[in-house]
Amino acid sequence: MIGLVDHGAGNLASVANALDHLEVTWRPVHDAGELEGVTAAILPGVGAAGAAMASLRAGGLDDGLRRFCASGRPYLGICVGLQLLFERSAEDGAAGLGILAGEVVRIPTAAKLPHVGWNTVEHVGGGWLGPFDGDAFYFTHSYVVAPTDRALVAAVTDHGARFVSAIEHGSIFGVQFHPERSGPRGLELLAAFCRAADPVTDAHAR
Amino acid sequence: MLAKRVIPCLDVAGGRVVKGRHFRALVDQGDPVALAQAYAAAGADELVFLDIEATVEGRATLLELVRRVARQVFIPLTVGGGVRSADDIRDVLRAGADKASIQTAAVADPDLVSRAARAFGSQCVVVAIDAGRRGPGWQLHTHGARVPTGIDAVAWAVRMQELGAGELLLTSIDADGTRQGYDLEFTRAVADRVSIPVIASGGAGQPQDLVAVFQEGHADAALAASIFHQDRWSIAAVKAELAAAGVAVRR
Repeated sequence: MIGLVDHGAGNLASVANALDHLEVTWRPVHDAGELEGVTAAILPGVGAAGAAMASLRAGGLDDGLRRFCASGRPYLGICVGLQLLFERSAEDGAAGLGILAGEVVRIPTAAKLPHVGWNTVEHVGGGWLGPFDGDAFYFTHSYVVAPTDRALVAAVTDHGARFVSAIEHGSIFGVQFHPERSGPRGLELLAAFCRAADPVTDAHAR
Repeated sequence: MLAKRVIPCLDVAGGRVVKGRHFRALVDQGDPVALAQAYAAAGADELVFLDIEATVEGRATLLELVRRVARQVFIPLTVGGGVRSADDIRDVLRAGADKASIQTAAVADPDLVSRAARAFGSQCVVVAIDAGRRGPGWQLHTHGARVPTGIDAVAWAVRMQELGAGELLLTSIDADGTRQGYDLEFTRAVADRVSIPVIASGGAGQPQDLVAVFQEGHADAALAASIFHQDRWSIAAVKAELAAAGVAVRR
């Protein structure tokens, strides 16, 4: 069973609609107890990292997610859900989960920010993003992750400066774009995560 | 490279898509969910739903419509028209929209923009600016373009960015409904003064109008309604003309 982590700022709806469309079964996760009951987790994120972290802490989900990722169960972070994996964010000085080493920084570009719209991803590492090399996805953000270990960079994107648009580290995945809002290719990317993460659920999908 | 966005606008009244010339003379254009699906399949980069009545009853109808569209259309959705409070924004986001467009309420209560940006993130706060030419500049209008405010529209755009708007949706009330092209000067005047994305609106009649608003108007996105309705132009045909002119688009 795939869990959708609710950090209160919304955006569960978009990912939930996408999973329903893919006929993937899921349940909402509000606290550490509910997180223990799922075999894979997706953290859809919009808004500011600081507010999301405060909400996760209230439900014990900060420690819960650290244990979850350490256990090797598949995790997909979307946008802020990717950024929260790292140690801290320059957006509001907020501390992240610190599951991966590195920081969240403003895109070092002379181009307009926020970076809003469809941009292409270039696959540079890992296996998951390979089939999506050169595809366009929908972005809306000003901040990006800067992993200490460059080996976990799965894809990069150019917005006047090249930035990390996806990471892959063991069973931990993250995308800076919004697959749930990126048309058919976005849905296929979500489906690929769900298939790999939870083959049992997929086999029993409606 | 970030693509320039082509955004069909669905003006909604009574649960149907309508389009007014100069915000009046509504013509029934069809079922919103069917239109939204068709636009998404044809390559629309986003969709905007504009509640042009914004009555209490109409609001409930619109939110239900957004719910239905959001379950079947997987591109970004923006809802505007009658968004007056943080609660209204929460309602449209919960219905499945990705962004809310604020216009009149931002003039009455500019702090709403910063409160909304803090609560939901700048990425979902679009400020709509309706403006008409006055002398050397452009004057901000509210209430569906009926009420002039005396406020300079370019200065207003800068202020909205400072308060936390994530994008600006510019509509020229002189060009809107004419199908004679966007107000390129107004679009450029704002786009060159702000660092956030600018969506141009009002006046699109043919693909070359979009080419012009990207190349000469410096817009980041172009919104259009009637050009796409009743299959006057397909989105693919518009994007083909944009690409041929050297504008980066998602194909």
